Amino acid sequence: MALPALFGSGGRKGGNLGAGSQAISGQTLAAHPHLSSAAAGPASPGARSRRNDLIRSASLRLALVYAVLFMLSAIVFMSFIWWATVGLLEREVDAAIVADARALSERWADGGLPALADSIRQRVASNVDDDALYLMVAPGGATIAGNLAAWPDGVTRSDVTYQLRISRDGLRSLAEVEAFALPGGFKLLVGRDVHARVILKRLLTDTLLWAMLMVGGLGLSGALIVRSLFRRMVRNVAQTTRAIASGDLTQRVPLSGSGDEFDRVAETINHMLDRIARLMDGVRQVSNAIAHDLRTPITRARTRLEDAALHATSTEEMQAAIERAVADLDGVTAVFEALLRIAEIEAGARRSAFAELELSALLDDLAELYGAVAEERGLTLELTPSEPIPIFGDRPLLQQAVANLLDNALKFSRPGGTVFLGAVRDGGWARITVADGGIGMAPAELSRASERFFRAESARSTPGSGLGLSLVQAVAQLHGGQFLLENRGEGAPGLVATLVLKAERPPARIADRMEAPSSVPHPDETVPPLHSPP
Amino acid sequence: MRILLVEDDQTVRGFVAKGLKEAGHVVDQADNGKDGLFLAVSESFDTIILDRMLPGGIDGLHLLETIRAQNNRTPVLVLSALSQVDDRVAGLKAGGDDYLTKPFAFSELLARIEALGRRGKGETGPATRLVVADLEMDLLSRQVKRGGQKIDLQPREFRLLEYLMRHAGQVVTRTMLLEGVWDYHFDPQTNVIDVHVSRLRQKIDKPFPVALIHTIRNAGYMLRDE
Repeated sequence: MALPALFGSGGRKGGNLGAGSQAISGQTLAAHPHLSSAAAGPASPGARSRRNDLIRSASLRLALVYAVLFMLSAIVFMSFIWWATVGLLEREVDAAIVADARALSERWADGGLPALADSIRQRVASNVDDDALYLMVAPGGATIAGNLAAWPDGVTRSDVTYQLRISRDGLRSLAEVEAFALPGGFKLLVGRDVHARVILKRLLTDTLLWAMLMVGGLGLSGALIVRSLFRRMVRNVAQTTRAIASGDLTQRVPLSGSGDEFDRVAETINHMLDRIARLMDGVRQVSNAIAHDLRTPITRARTRLEDAALHATSTEEMQAAIERAVADLDGVTAVFEALLRIAEIEAGARRSAFAELELSALLDDLAELYGAVAEERGLTLELTPSEPIPIFGDRPLLQQAVANLLDNALKFSRPGGTVFLGAVRDGGWARITVADGGIGMAPAELSRASERFFRAESARSTPGSGLGLSLVQAVAQLHGGQFLLENRGEGAPGLVATLVLKAERPPARIADRMEAPSSVPHPDETVPPLHSPP
Repeated sequence: MRILLVEDDQTVRGFVAKGLKEAGHVVDQADNGKDGLFLAVSESFDTIILDRMLPGGIDGLHLLETIRAQNNRTPVLVLSALSQVDDRVAGLKAGGDDYLTKPFAFSELLARIEALGRRGKGETGPATRLVVADLEMDLLSRQVKRGGQKIDLQPREFRLLEYLMRHAGQVVTRTMLLEGVWDYHFDPQTNVIDVHVSRLRQKIDKPFPVALIHTIRNAGYMLRDE
C-alpha cells in the first residue's frame, strides 16, 4: 500500500533531521575549544577545523537545503503516482469482491443453495480473464462449486481480507480472498487472482526506486552547483575585502553587470569603500598638514630657546627669546583648539546646544565689535539692516563663524575699502553675507578654501592658521546649510562669503520641538541655489 | 587670599603655587582628589583651583559636587585639559564658577582667581554707583563723570567701563573682557578688545592728565587710581 511507503520516506526524513541536529551540536562544541577537543578525541586539529568549516559553511547549508527540498518534492510526487496506480488497482479488487459477494448473496436469498451453486459455475465459466476465484463448500468440507481445489488453510473469519498463495492449474499465484459464512454451515469464498497486479506493483516499485536514486543524484549535483555558484559570488566580496583589510584600498568588488542582488551588494560595498578611501585621504592630508603646521612653530620655539640658552648674553635677551617661544607655543595651542573644535562640530556633538536665536541682533553685536577694528584700519564695516530673522541654531558657533569671516574680510581688504555684512531671509533659509573689496582668490583656490590648513598663495604672508573657513564650513553643515565662497566678479575685486543656514521652522514644529528638546532638525532638505550676491 | 590648589601635575602645581605666592596669596596644595576634598571640607579658603582629572579615586568634578552638596560656596576655578564645549558646560554645571583650559597663561589664571576671590567676598548689595579716583559711574541714570565733567559713552563702552570699574585694581584679561562684556566664548584672531579699550581710553583718559586704564604687559588691562 501507499501509506507504508510514505511512512518509510518519513523515516528517512527523520534520519536527515537527526544528522542536522548533530551538525548543530558539533558547532556548539566547536565554540568551546576544550569541550571540542575532548569530544573529537585524537582527530587532528586540521581535520577538525576543516569539518567545522564545512558545518559552518553557508554555501553547504544552502546546498543541503536545496537537495532536501528537491528530494522531498520528488518523494511527494512519487507517492502520488503510487497511490494513483497500485492503490487504485487494490481498491478496485476490493470493490469487485464486495460486489460479487453481494450479488451471490442475493442469488442465495432468491433461490437457495442450488441457485447459488449455479450462479458460481456460471460466473467461473464466463470469467474471461480467469482471475475470479469462487469456492462454496458443504459443512463437511466437500466442494460444491468453484474453481479452487480446496478450502485454503487459515481462512476462518468472515470480516478479514486474506492474501493467499494459491496453486491453480499447476501455476503458483497470489490471491486476495474473503470468506462468508452461509446458513446451514455452508461457507463461501470469493476472491481475485492478483498475480498480474503484483507484477505491476513490483515493476512500479523498481521504477520508482530507480527514479528515487536518480532524483537523489540530481539533487546532490544541483546542490553542488548551487554551492559553487554561491561561493563564487561570495568569494569576490571576500577576496576584495581581504585585500583591503591588508591595506590595498584600491581594490573593488567586481560587478557581473547583471544588476542582480549580488551586484547591488557589491555596488554598496564599493560605495562604502570609496567613502572610506576619501575619508582616509582627508585624514592623511590633515595629519600631513598638522605635522607641517605644528612642527613649524614648535621648531621655531625650540630653536629660539636653544639659541638663547647657548648665545644669550643678557637676561633681557634671554627673556625676550622665552617670550617669543611662549607666543609660538600659544600659536600651536590655538591650532589645536581650532582643530578640536572643528572635529567636535563635524561630529555633530554640538547639536545639544541648539536654541532659538535672532540672527540680525547677533550680527548687530558682531558689527559693533568689529566696526571699531575696521575703523582703526581705515576700513568701513557696513551692516545692512534687516528684519528680525529667527533661526534655530548654536549661538556661540554662529558668532564664531561670522567673526571668522569678518576677520578674513578685514585682514584682506585694501585700505579705504568697505566690508559689507548682512543677512536676508530667503524662503526657509537665512543667508549671511560678508563681502569685501580685497585681493580675492584664484578660482582654483576657491573650492579648496575651506579645507583644513589651506592657505591661498596670496595669503601666505599674512598671519593665520588656515582653519578659519574650515570652521565656518563645519558650522554651516551643522546647521543643515552650506558655505559658499566666490569672487565678486564684474570687474570688482574681492570675495563674497555666504553662510546659508536653515531658518526657523514653522510654529507648529517649534511647539513639537519644545516638548521634545532632544529632537534636532536634520539637514535633510537641500540648499537652494545661490542667488547673485547684493 | 587663602587659596587651595588641587593639581596632580607637579610642574604645573609648583609653578602656579610659586606665582600665587609671589602675588601675595597663601597657597595650600593637594596632589590628589582625596587630600583635596579633605582640605576643602575641613578648612576655609577664599578660592579653590581644581584640576579636573585627579588620581586618588575622586576626580575634580566629583570633589566639586561633594563640597557643593555640603553647601560650601567657596568660589572654584576648574582647570582642565578637556577643552570641548560640553566639558566646560559640565564643569560649570557641577558648581564651578570659572573654567580655564590647559595650557594657560599664568597671568590669565591669576586675573581670574582674583576676580573670583572678590566675588566670593560678596559685594554688599547691588551697587548703584561705582567710583575710582575722580571717575564716577551712576548705574541707575547710566551717567559717567570724570572730575565732574560728563562723558558720553556708547552702551557697549559703558558696559566695558563698568566691568573695568567693578574689577578696579585687578588685572582683567582680554578673554575676560570678551566673555564678561560681549559674552563671546571664542578667540578672535584680531585684536578686537585692544581696539575697544583704546576707544574707551580716548574718552576716559585722553582729556585728563592722569590715565586710569593701564595696559599690563602680557596680561591685559587694569583700571586703577595711580
